[in-house]
Amino acid sequence: MPDSPDAASGSRKDAAVRALADVPRTPGSPKPDPILVADHVIRRFGGLTAVDVEHVEVQRGAITALIGPNGAGKTTFFNLLTGFDTPDTGSWLFNGKDIAGVPSYKVARLGMIRTFQLTKALSKMTVLENMRLGATAQKGERLLASMFGFLWGAQEKAITEKADDLLKRFNMHAKRADFAGELSGGQRKLLEMARALMTDPEMVMLDEPMAGVNPALTQSLLEHIKNLREQGMTVLFVEHDMDMVRDISDWVIVMAQGKVIAEGPPDEVMRDEAVIVAYLGGHHDKALTSTGVSFTEEGEDQ
Amino acid sequence: MDWGYILSVMVVSAFGVEAIVFGLAAIGVNMQFGYTGLLNFGQSAFMAVGGYSVAVTVIEFGFNFWVGVILGLVIAALLAVILGIPTLRLRADYLAIVTIAAAEIVRLLVRSVTFKDFFGGSDGKQSFASGFFALSPLASDVSLRIGPVALNNRQIFVLIVGWAIVFLGCLLVWLMVRSPWGRVLKGIREDEDAVRSLGKNVYLYKMQALVIGGMFGAIAGFVYAVGNEAVSPDFFGTDTTFFVYAILILGGAARVFGPVLGTVIFWAIIQGTDVFLRSAIDVGVPVISLMNGTQAAVVRFMLVGLGIMLLMIFRPQGILGDRKELALDAR
Ligand SMILES: Nc1ncnc2c1ncn2[C@@H]1O[C@H](COP(=O)(O)OP(=O)(O)OP(=O)(O)O)[C@@H](O)[C@H]1O
Ligand SMILES: [Mg+2]
Repeated sequence: MPDSPDAASGSRKDAAVRALADVPRTPGSPKPDPILVADHVIRRFGGLTAVDVEHVEVQRGAITALIGPNGAGKTTFFNLLTGFDTPDTGSWLFNGKDIAGVPSYKVARLGMIRTFQLTKALSKMTVLENMRLGATAQKGERLLASMFGFLWGAQEKAITEKADDLLKRFNMHAKRADFAGELSGGQRKLLEMARALMTDPEMVMLDEPMAGVNPALTQSLLEHIKNLREQGMTVLFVEHDMDMVRDISDWVIVMAQGKVIAEGPPDEVMRDEAVIVAYLGGHHDKALTSTGVSFTEEGEDQ
Repeated sequence: MDWGYILSVMVVSAFGVEAIVFGLAAIGVNMQFGYTGLLNFGQSAFMAVGGYSVAVTVIEFGFNFWVGVILGLVIAALLAVILGIPTLRLRADYLAIVTIAAAEIVRLLVRSVTFKDFFGGSDGKQSFASGFFALSPLASDVSLRIGPVALNNRQIFVLIVGWAIVFLGCLLVWLMVRSPWGRVLKGIREDEDAVRSLGKNVYLYKMQALVIGGMFGAIAGFVYAVGNEAVSPDFFGTDTTFFVYAILILGGAARVFGPVLGTVIFWAIIQGTDVFLRSAIDVGVPVISLMNGTQAAVVRFMLVGLGIMLLMIFRPQGILGDRKELALDAR
């Protein structure tokens, strides 16, 4: 479980970078301490193979970016791993436990929490109620206990304090009494991420957490994500903006047309021939980093 | 025109047996539709289960009235589970289709010639409620006059017990929906995938809401059965379910007292317009007196329909609802 956030800042980053230093830069390379291992995951939609992942591992305690052009299968892969969709074939282990075929809510209870590319704020509930909903093992969520406030009142208070703390960290505390439906798109992204953290996850999977968030807010979001690693969480996130990917990720996995085509630290991956071809269609010979191309054309599709 | 008469009919209808029956059914639908977003278009089936359970238990099996009550609650819960198992994992519209079909099946079953000996066919069942009235502390000469309308001791007892159940039901709903359990329901209504992603067993919560709502339907059926001292299959048609929805939307969905306020106003207006139109015909008010009494009985539903349309335009959240909350849908 997450340690205290004030463990010497940046130490976890160094640890993650060190652990990944000797990992081969090949698709599906084995990691020294994988939290997630997936094998032969295939998902077809009719004739289209959206995901066809032979093997992939995600290092524990690191920030891993999952990138790839539009339609590469990133969201579908997230859906499969978290039980929101069923693959045609495939198995995957989370913390060594086979969770293929496990329903989504049980995956979440095991500590693997995801957010959605299309934000799912619960509009007619207040920001605070959204947050409280995230808390796990609530006594008052059982039908019979629900009618007796004294059974869950104390826990509710503790949950509220935790929610307030998180809202402060995400600069959303002023909005706590507002309906989530009144928030802007970027604020909803923040709320969704904060709400996911209410579950004390071991691994967070963020699908384009930065899409539609203004640059000033992006900086603080990046800090939040780095903070998650400092607290001992594993982060897997999808992002199109290469600058952000380079800024925060320890490792990058590149998908194209459903397959993992490259892996490595951000700078190396962005110079990778296969990656450039996948993104730019093979007409460019420059590295993504030196062209200054940043793939931000993709807004939050509403 | 005798305004005093019209007014007293309105008062009696607003707090009469029908208001209680539909109020209780609407409390159930409020749990399902208002708080959880489940479209149960078969509430009349649950009401039929309640009504026929007491009738058949007492008349055919010769058991105590209260055995029938318990049986009714159990069957209603089972019916909810049976309808929920195949549909609650699917999109919301599947539940709507299945429940509307189930309600018709139940109605046609109790009305069928084949089971006439058991369910009484189109005549229904009568005189089974003595076990209920045996508990009444009211002497047989107790009566109540509201204007020209008189209520006897049995009717008064039904009303007292009925409204007590309504308020207990509201209390129960209030206790449940203000809790973390109620929060999960509201979350499911908004976006069930989001709730799932936070580790909640959405299917279980939906099932619980469906069962609780169905049991309120059965309780409404009990009150209907004792209030009329009879059950008749044609009461349990789809229009009954749609009246229940009209009441809920009128009063305000996802509000604890929405169903109560809705049913009071709905029945006051339905019966009020009826006697108003009839007495207007009697005294020969121009235009209105072009109709006869039968036509007036139909026209009142048109007027109520018009009223609900206007309400939807100018106050779509219902009387107790929160406009701001509703407007969030548009974003
Ligand atoms: N429910 C579905 N039915 C049919 N095809 C689908 C479905 N979901 C995804 N696809 C297809 O699968 C492919 C992968 O889609 P996916 O959403 O996983 O891409 P992505 O990598 O997340 O893209 P983006 O960066 O644009 O979000 C796309 O070609 C898409 O059209
Ligand atoms: Mg996507």
